Amino acid sequence: MKADVDKVVAPGISVECKGGDVLLAVENVSLSFGGVKAIRDVSFDIREGEIRAIIGPNGAGKTSMLNVINGFYHPQQGTITYKGAKRQAMRPYVAASSGIARTFQNVALFKGMSTLQNIMTGRTLKMRKGILAQALYWGAAKNEEIRHREVVEGIIDFLEIQHIRKTPVGKLPYGLQKRVELGRALATEPELLLLDEPMAGMNLEEKQDMSRFVIDVNEQLGTTIALIEHDMAVVMDLSDRVVVLDYGQKIADGTPEVVQKDQNVIDAYLGVAH
Amino acid sequence: MSATLTPAAHDTVPKLLLRNAVAHAGRPAMREKALGIWQSWTWAEVKDQIRDLAVGLYVLGLKRGETIAIIGDNRPRLYWTFTAAQSIGAIPVPVYQDSVADEMAYVLAHAEVTFAVVENQEQVDKVLSIADRVPTLRHIVYDDPRGLQKYDRTRLNAYEEVQKIGRDELAGNTRTEEWWRSEIALGKGADVSVMLYTSGTTGKPKGVMLTQDNIVRSAENANLFDRFTTDDTMIAYLPMAWVGDHIFTYGQGYTGALCVSCPESPETVIEDRREIGPSYFFAPPRVFENMLTQMTVRMQDAGRVKKGMFDYFMGVARRAGEKVLNGQPVGVKDRLLYRLGDVLVYGPLRNRMGFSNLRVAYTAGEAIGPELFSFFRSLGINLKQLYGQTEASVFITLQPDGEVFPETVGKPGPGVEIRIADDGEVHFKSPGVFLKYFKNDEATAATKTPDGWVRTGDAGFVDQRGHLQIIDRAKDVGRLNSGALFAPKYLENRIKFFPEIREAVAFGHGRDYVTMFINIDLTSVGNWAERNNVIYASYQELAAHPDVYAMIERRVDELNLALSKEPRMAASQIARFLVLHKELDADDGELTRTLKVRRPFIADRYAQLITALYDGSRDCHLKTEVVFEDGRKGTIEGHMKIVDMKTYPGGAAPAPVKEAAE
Repeated sequence: MKADVDKVVAPGISVECKGGDVLLAVENVSLSFGGVKAIRDVSFDIREGEIRAIIGPNGAGKTSMLNVINGFYHPQQGTITYKGAKRQAMRPYVAASSGIARTFQNVALFKGMSTLQNIMTGRTLKMRKGILAQALYWGAAKNEEIRHREVVEGIIDFLEIQHIRKTPVGKLPYGLQKRVELGRALATEPELLLLDEPMAGMNLEEKQDMSRFVIDVNEQLGTTIALIEHDMAVVMDLSDRVVVLDYGQKIADGTPEVVQKDQNVIDAYLGVAH
Repeated sequence: MSATLTPAAHDTVPKLLLRNAVAHAGRPAMREKALGIWQSWTWAEVKDQIRDLAVGLYVLGLKRGETIAIIGDNRPRLYWTFTAAQSIGAIPVPVYQDSVADEMAYVLAHAEVTFAVVENQEQVDKVLSIADRVPTLRHIVYDDPRGLQKYDRTRLNAYEEVQKIGRDELAGNTRTEEWWRSEIALGKGADVSVMLYTSGTTGKPKGVMLTQDNIVRSAENANLFDRFTTDDTMIAYLPMAWVGDHIFTYGQGYTGALCVSCPESPETVIEDRREIGPSYFFAPPRVFENMLTQMTVRMQDAGRVKKGMFDYFMGVARRAGEKVLNGQPVGVKDRLLYRLGDVLVYGPLRNRMGFSNLRVAYTAGEAIGPELFSFFRSLGINLKQLYGQTEASVFITLQPDGEVFPETVGKPGPGVEIRIADDGEVHFKSPGVFLKYFKNDEATAATKTPDGWVRTGDAGFVDQRGHLQIIDRAKDVGRLNSGALFAPKYLENRIKFFPEIREAVAFGHGRDYVTMFINIDLTSVGNWAERNNVIYASYQELAAHPDVYAMIERRVDELNLALSKEPRMAASQIARFLVLHKELDADDGELTRTLKVRRPFIADRYAQLITALYDGSRDCHLKTEVVFEDGRKGTIEGHMKIVDMKTYPGGAAPAPVKEAAE
């Protein structure tokens, strides 16, 4: 089986992809919770400007992988190289301030706050003025807030959510909440955006909208995107390269066309007699 | 400054632009909400914007007499495109922005457009997808550049680029501005100013050619009729391809130098309207229906105190509201109570709807239910009806202040004459009478009589007060087998007043009794379902729910009781009905783009259901094809129950054969 995997990962396959330099490299990462091995010796890279999909059956370790990348989980083995800096463990806020943003599988917004306020929270790391100046909302702090508001309004326009600007997000339908969460991630002006199942639970129209936003973010803002997604049609349409995990191991890596035809991937998804 | 302006020297819209840019240079002409903040342009700024665009379009090859399509939501830049095109003698052809590709292909090809100015990527994609069917199309200009970076640029330009081409030309040659002004001076009142495609309840859309005279004079008359001044404002939110928007926001905006505001997006209209507080508002009955539905839903969710207050003061409003608005005598107690209600209930409601500064509101396009109409008037909103059509540049009759009767559509507007033909059809003559249908002399001849009148296609009569009353489309008015009058739209409008019912289609011509298709209103019934723990996954499931059926049955019964008291309509009580398994939709061809029911199409498509309504069946199974906006097709399958209704004595309604009553 190992040999087959190597064939797919063979260098050269991804050369034609639009990605530039390697932005993030995961090398031989293993992660276990007690006796449960969530990720076993996985290596892959994400190149600047590409849309990289991470797919796999349930429990394959996809979300764990994202959590490793943004520093929420600390792998027992292996290293992660982000923008040339090698590390094994990182705190989430360091990841956030170094340009990694994410959305969650189960929407994690402040339900009682409005869309506008939620997206504003994404600017927290960029706020320079002290808490007192901000509370007084005076002088430089006021100007700063106005500047941030401008960025946030740009995002609201970009995601076409003007009509829910002042609506508490708890009242919004799921598809819109997902969009607000994307907006909050964008507010940090990320270089690398991690999307955990951005289309889960959406109907066809919402999926199409979300796909368009993902493409727009990638093309217009130049943001590198790594996404986990179950809808194969979406993955194959959107992504430049796909890495496939199964039982914590990488079983394939390459362009959508290559991965689609890979026997290991077909087996993992359709099931095979062991 | 507030002034009404004299016509004569300014017989075209571009000339009015030049006038306003001098006479009202510093006053706001347009507003648009962008990034959450209202931006505004003065008349002087608007003139510069339009000039740059006009010169740019000319440089790109737009010639006098050519047509230019305009597709998108109400955006200032698209409105400027109208004037820019007109200033150099081209003819704008606005197209409904939600048209599916096929409809758009037909209109663009028929109108022989050479340019298309569109709002965004969605419209660019649509136009590109049909470009091979529009051989005359040379160039596409888009407003919002988002997502379009990678497109082939040979025939595609950003709006800014076109304006920049214009500005460069103006900067490079000082005589260009002079040339542009001389182009405007070449324009005459008799020139075709715009071509509006009617959405037509039957057949292919027809291109109605309106002249500059039509637009300018109709708009001027309307401004005089309601004494509009430059202080009046309105919000532009109705499709630009509809004659209503073209006259109200474009025509009246230019002739009266009124300020027009464009909402941030179609979804934010209500909020934006609240912020702007227009003094002049226009909406088809459907918009008012939606407002009432939303209000009813909100009040059902409100606390007991609020609800009690609402119910009590709405009672007062029903008794006294309209009389107060009409200046009729009202008892002291009711007058005081109405004042109190105004502070506690009506004022806040008006504010919620964005009507705090409202002076005049019109509804037209379809007949409005009298109850719905009275409801808004009783809140102190000066809602009036007008009757018009594209071929008349809107205005035929309007209700003057103080002469508002819910059942009529008012008196002929300034300069309008009407007559009733022998068959009951309403004919008119006015300054707004269209030139002709584009490339369709046959239809023109069928509509314009040799002696200069225009056939409206509507049946009606003039009452003793000189007010016109419309019964129905002339061709839709029929007879039951008993000989009793059958006016389907009248019945549909009556039933649609109930918030639970969104759309209805009545049948009865040449039949023994009247039957009806009903569409439930998802907002209202959905809210009811939530409150009553009724679980549903789709429109179809909710529509078929037994409790929903029972609720609709009660409504139909109420209507029947009301109809039994009207001598002319008693025979038209609904004998049987069913709730459709899908919403009638313009994308499926069941409604026009202005959301009018297309009867022949529906009769054909649902022939099976109509048969079932008349053969005594108790249910019917149907499979329907639906078209999505991108042109893909799917099917919806449904099983519908048919309900027999009790009819009340009063008219000469022959009781239908009742097979196993529910």
